[in-house]
Amino acid sequence: MNVVYFAWVRERIGLPQETVETSAATVNDLIAELKQREERYAAAFADTSALRVALDQELSDFDAPLAGVKEVAFFPPMTGG
Amino acid sequence: MRVLVQSEAFDAGAELNRFSAGHSGVGAVVSFTGVVRDSDGDLQEMVIEHYPGMTEKAITKILEEAMSRWALADALVIHRHGPLKTGDQIMMVATASAHRAAAFEAADFLMDYLKSRAPFWKKEVTDAGSAWVEAKDADEDALKRW
Repeated sequence: MNVVYFAWVRERIGLPQETVETSAATVNDLIAELKQREERYAAAFADTSALRVALDQELSDFDAPLAGVKEVAFFPPMTGG
Repeated sequence: MRVLVQSEAFDAGAELNRFSAGHSGVGAVVSFTGVVRDSDGDLQEMVIEHYPGMTEKAITKILEEAMSRWALADALVIHRHGPLKTGDQIMMVATASAHRAAAFEAADFLMDYLKSRAPFWKKEVTDAGSAWVEAKDADEDALKRW
């Protein structure tokens, strides 16, 4: 699946997006997998209360299932307006 | 209903005139324009990042919600992204209705939701360096009004 990052999450991980091969069942499972990769992922995902997630461009939750999802996005709370 | 997400500057006056024209039965048009503020006097630029694709969808959903909750004849959202300078217009919202209460309330609702539910992130570049603007608890709390 395509995993995309925005704002400081993108800067901390050092990538705007990447293709991730995973069998993670939920967003939380995916985060656990990513955190094990490298320190920069562990740092970005250290506090998920500071993060938001979108699945296929719709805001979602960390316990949401990933079955059928093509794009997962992680970003901080939005600051539009 | 119109959603524009763009890096280019817009002419708020011309947009408002275009929006206001051609609605029969409209007695009230409310508009809001957001402007880049230099809080501490050292802002070099404000960079607005967004999530292409989701941004348009999220704003459309927020507009549809406003149209369903208030008796609006029309609604407009323009939001810029990219590097902006102090005094630049960031975004504008306009609502048209038969009466002012619906137009004011819907514009207020749109602003609250655009702030916290449209995927934009502001970064301030100052003499001291750059920092992402943090979302405020008050902005999240503001959504509970609706």
